[in-house]
Amino acid sequence: MLSFLKKIPSKKQISWIKTFVFLLCLIPLTRLVWMGFQDSLSANPIEFIERSTGFWALFILLATLTLTPIRLISGLTWQIQLRRMLGLFMFFYASLHITSYLWLDFSFNWSDISKDIIKHPRILVGFLAFVLTIPLAITSNNAMMRLLRNRWKQLHQLVYFIAILGIVHFWWLVKKDIREPLLYASILFVLLAIRIYYKKDSILRKVGIHV
Amino acid sequence: MIIQAKSDISPSEITPKEVFDNRRDFIQKAGLGLIAGTAALLSNPIKAATVSSGTTEGAGRLIGRANAPAIAKKSAFSSHQKISGYNKTSYGAGEKLTTYEDVTTYNNYYEFGTDKNEPAINAKLFKPHPWTVSIEGEVKKNKTISIEDIYKLAPLEERIYRMRCVEGWSMVIPWIGLPLAQLIKWAEPNSNAKYVEFISLADKQQMPGQNIQVLDWPYTEGLRMDEAMHPLTILAVGLYGEQLPNQNGAPLRLVTPWKYGFKGIKGIVKIRFTEKMPVSSWMKAGPSEYGFYANVNPNVEHPRWTQSSERRIGGGLFAGRIKTQMFNGYAEQVGQMYAGLDLRKNF
Repeated sequence: MLSFLKKIPSKKQISWIKTFVFLLCLIPLTRLVWMGFQDSLSANPIEFIERSTGFWALFILLATLTLTPIRLISGLTWQIQLRRMLGLFMFFYASLHITSYLWLDFSFNWSDISKDIIKHPRILVGFLAFVLTIPLAITSNNAMMRLLRNRWKQLHQLVYFIAILGIVHFWWLVKKDIREPLLYASILFVLLAIRIYYKKDSILRKVGIHV
Repeated sequence: MIIQAKSDISPSEITPKEVFDNRRDFIQKAGLGLIAGTAALLSNPIKAATVSSGTTEGAGRLIGRANAPAIAKKSAFSSHQKISGYNKTSYGAGEKLTTYEDVTTYNNYYEFGTDKNEPAINAKLFKPHPWTVSIEGEVKKNKTISIEDIYKLAPLEERIYRMRCVEGWSMVIPWIGLPLAQLIKWAEPNSNAKYVEFISLADKQQMPGQNIQVLDWPYTEGLRMDEAMHPLTILAVGLYGEQLPNQNGAPLRLVTPWKYGFKGIKGIVKIRFTEKMPVSSWMKAGPSEYGFYANVNPNVEHPRWTQSSERRIGGGLFAGRIKTQMFNGYAEQVGQMYAGLDLRKNF
């Protein structure tokens, strides 16, 4: 019944899908700009922008991390071609997120910002997550992939750590109602668990245990 | 693919109901402003509602008698009920008021949801009338008082106070209320009474947020006796010239402007005088984060939010933060109550 899903899209179809996903990823930004012009970003527009860009960075990161589990479960591989674009969109929204924090929230007042980072573990964790994302964005092109070869894959495994940091960053923000961060944590847990399950043999082999 | 973030809904996306509710009231009162008002209503529902209440408030104050605080008879306690006959005071003179729209759509009231836009939506059906407050604990004798009688305890006053939330944002709100000291006098606490504990309504039917154990319901708060008797401490029954909107704590809430906003317990149904320091809901929820005193203090950091500066609501995107003042700028009035107290330990 779902056999159409098994069909491998043609090159042309892939480029259509990519365009579609590209436009989809621009919706959250378009919405923010639109709401900004409508003056409907709530009573605290800065917090709204910070929340919204942060949410979409995390959401797109989780979406990026679903592509491999889909391959592991279904054997499909074409969706992996969306990974770079999604990863870069995650970086894009994370950049907007941190820019709204540095600029709108703290007006580039570096002494206040450094105090905020040092005193609040939540901010520190968020900063760390963003800093770790930078090398991934820089090395996302084909030239860098060729240059780094095997090390590229190792470097890009940082994404799992970044995802965990991102969720911790969100978790520590909420005062008491942890349902939302808990949901994202559960999604990440499932995504990582699928990977481990399918790769357990090779993981075990790596640590010298042969099954 | 597109999942709407729960925290991400703008209040203005969900207002048509309010426009609807408001219209009858609006049309009755509109008079000369009808044409302009209708145009405004069509272009921006919330702002029009604000304009309408603004103009009628002016009229109400002209007609209202200064000495007899009165609750409007018809459909008492529905939204936008004017309070007539309250005295203006000099508190907050020169402060720029936060708009009515912002004050009534950006609320922390977990009984109606943990997102700040939720209380304005989820509290619509809340019934703040009839309402009584019971007085118990270390008092001459237990008794109850109706909200109507609370209105008559003392002349109502408008107090323009700064409100600083522990989350790092602030507002300036024109409250209407009476000194808590007046109610305490009426309550006749005995000599054992060292603290006052406040308890909010527990009602899962009316307060959907209480179905989730985010806090230990009902919400409770407390003050030391001298704090409770302090002239700055008021029981608010209204804001912007009208009875408290449900999402702001109708029909009765506490306002202590030198303390973080969460001290301002809403929907109070019980006031208990105690000998021992009461434990508030937030103290139970996070003892390392929320103390009994909760005085605004830029020198004592909170693990989540910057306390040295704050964002004044309504400033727009590029207004920048402002410095948070000791005791939220009320140090002159309240500072002496904490002389000799280690404010780092007693946060």
